Amino acid sequence: MSLHGTHALLTRANPLAKFVAVFAITLVLALSIDWVSASTALLAEFALFPLAGLTLRLLWQRGWPLILAAALGGWSTAILSADSGKTLLDVGIWSMSEGSLETGLGFMLRGLAIALPAILLMSCTDPTDLADALAQKAKLPHRFVLGTLAAMRLVGLMAEEWQTIGMARRARGVGSHGSPLQRLRATLGQSFGLLVQAVRRASRLAVTMEARGFGGSERSWARESTYSLLDVWVLLGGVVISAGAVLAAIAGGTWNFVF
Amino acid sequence: MPEAPTAVRPAAVSAQGWGWRHAGRSTQAVHGLDLAIRPGERVLLLGPSGAGKSTLLHALAGVLGDEDDDADETGSLLIDGAAPRAQRGRAGLMQQDPETQVVLSRLGDDVAFGAENLAVPPGDIWARVHEAIDDVGLAGFPLDHPTSALSGGQKQRLALAGILAMRPGLILLDEPTANLDPAGVLEVRDAVGRCLDKTGATLVVVEHRVSVWKDLVDRIVVLQPGSSSEPAVLLDGPPDTVLEQARGMLAAAGVWVPGYVPATRARVGTASGELLLSAADLAVSRERPRRRGFKTIPPVPAQSGLGADVVAGHALTITGPNGAGKSTFALTLAGLLAPVAGTVSAGVGLADGAGSDPYAWKAQQLISRIGTVFQEPEHQFVTGRVLDELMFGPRHLGHGEERVDELLERLRLTHLVDANPYTLSGGEKRRLSVATVLAASPKVLVLDEPTFGQDANTWAELASFLSELLDAGTAVVSVTHDQEFSAVLGGTELRLDSAAAAYTEAGAA
Repeated sequence: MSLHGTHALLTRANPLAKFVAVFAITLVLALSIDWVSASTALLAEFALFPLAGLTLRLLWQRGWPLILAAALGGWSTAILSADSGKTLLDVGIWSMSEGSLETGLGFMLRGLAIALPAILLMSCTDPTDLADALAQKAKLPHRFVLGTLAAMRLVGLMAEEWQTIGMARRARGVGSHGSPLQRLRATLGQSFGLLVQAVRRASRLAVTMEARGFGGSERSWARESTYSLLDVWVLLGGVVISAGAVLAAIAGGTWNFVF
Repeated sequence: MPEAPTAVRPAAVSAQGWGWRHAGRSTQAVHGLDLAIRPGERVLLLGPSGAGKSTLLHALAGVLGDEDDDADETGSLLIDGAAPRAQRGRAGLMQQDPETQVVLSRLGDDVAFGAENLAVPPGDIWARVHEAIDDVGLAGFPLDHPTSALSGGQKQRLALAGILAMRPGLILLDEPTANLDPAGVLEVRDAVGRCLDKTGATLVVVEHRVSVWKDLVDRIVVLQPGSSSEPAVLLDGPPDTVLEQARGMLAAAGVWVPGYVPATRARVGTASGELLLSAADLAVSRERPRRRGFKTIPPVPAQSGLGADVVAGHALTITGPNGAGKSTFALTLAGLLAPVAGTVSAGVGLADGAGSDPYAWKAQQLISRIGTVFQEPEHQFVTGRVLDELMFGPRHLGHGEERVDELLERLRLTHLVDANPYTLSGGEKRRLSVATVLAASPKVLVLDEPTFGQDANTWAELASFLSELLDAGTAVVSVTHDQEFSAVLGGTELRLDSAAAAYTEAGAA
């Protein structure tokens, strides 16, 4: 989650500006299932990669579950959606036609185009900076924002704890072998153990934070969240990409409003 | 303009007939406490568990729940004549678990957190942050250093820096070094000493290991569980006087009085038995092979080239600095982690028809052969009642229930059979976790830091009990920093240095 060692241009932009730009793109893409708007946005997003310090390799490493999910979603849509046009493939109950292939392709591209900006945002934004911006610029309550930030740090610890509890329980004779029911029971027990530890950790962390004066109404900020000229470009970029996607789809006659 | 560097006004504490009952409890945690601490005084609080030491520190830090949730406060407890809760930042509290003393993910941000909450102007905050980081000896790290990459001792010093940046007049330490290895203990103690010398702040510290803090404090207060007939403060005075007066009583209460090693049972048998388990050319890691897209990347071993032999009736002690992979090695030996390279193989007598690779054993096959006691007892609790906890192994194995009574008796748990394991005290939890693992009658017992944070009584019981087990033919493998403990067990020491190869010969004493 840390950005240690990344110096890409977009890491210097205000997280809130990046957040708004990503939101605009996502919103537009959520409105239509068609391959033109999705691929327009996708191309523009690929062009932004170097600015966020992202490479195709890094993208695959961080986002492969999302990418696979988009591909899978596209494939099943192509097979299962209502057929129209020429039939391309027909295997028993599965069939794929030109029309359903187009819908499936649109679905996959749209999934990718929606996932990519989120990955872009995460790879060039430090969570602490995002919290600063949300509290100082978006004026969200600082108790909520900082509490969430501190809790997120515990999530990483929980992953380690999960592994330890798994081993500790195997050492008590609770194995992950056996029937699906036994496995389910073992997993539930392990989850309960983790929950107990998470609650304890969280309450100790809460005491630590309270003892450091957290929770008062007034607070100063050591890291001031500021806007710069770069943020205007970021916002503009978000508007251009989302507007470009809509216009291209309307011009190509593929705009397909989902609601 | 940054403010003057030493703008700390030491705080005075006064308690008059103070008592506190936690919500949902029928008895008071502290009853009728009368205590006055002058500004700049340094006080070590001692006493048996249940004497209300932590409750007092939490109250002084202003973090005890409000009275509205059914808790009950009597008398008065004041800092500089005012209620602690009304003076945020006047007192700073450090607790035991280093992981929860860190709030934010970058070092500088974490130190600044308290000062921000007190609405200190941003310009002053960074001056305070630099000074505090310097004072606790973390100046070598950049401000954006990830806090997750710090050791336990460094995390506690970071917490101290965060407290110092608030410029508190009262520093409260609740067993600050109980979770640290010996090097970490001294790191933290020395940093506290330096900072007190510089700021002159008042100190109240709770800690079982008296020798660590004795020379740094100028007063020891011994608390006892309060009742209507006896005062909460049992003894109060200069360290040497109190330790002399109360030596016997403190030792009996499990306090680690300087120069006192509790009596333990001596080992009688030293004959080496059968070879139960051996490791050869072992590389270990807690991480599993990772998937990066389509590729599988084996983890970087924490330690490699390890070898060891585990022999019946013989103790193997694994020592070395933090981060040397001691626990990881022990867990791999115990069949809980897969080796990155090399092998762990069980002898015929131990395997008993289950194959030679402990990691491949089913959980039920494992527990009757190798028992592992984890550092944190709570990780191993699987039921909601002490008796069920002990019967769990035998019930699954279908034998061994008769041993449970003996273990209950031997580890003084008989009066707790109906209690919920999570509600026990630290020492009781430790004894229970050892008993539950032994209930399955394993031939090899692996313990990860069994004496960490334990009082002298639990320590002595544990050491004596293990020496008995060894004489009865169980092999005991323990990861420990505790030299007195390994001296009681005898046997072989395997010292791991940071990521260097090590090998030990079987039976070499």
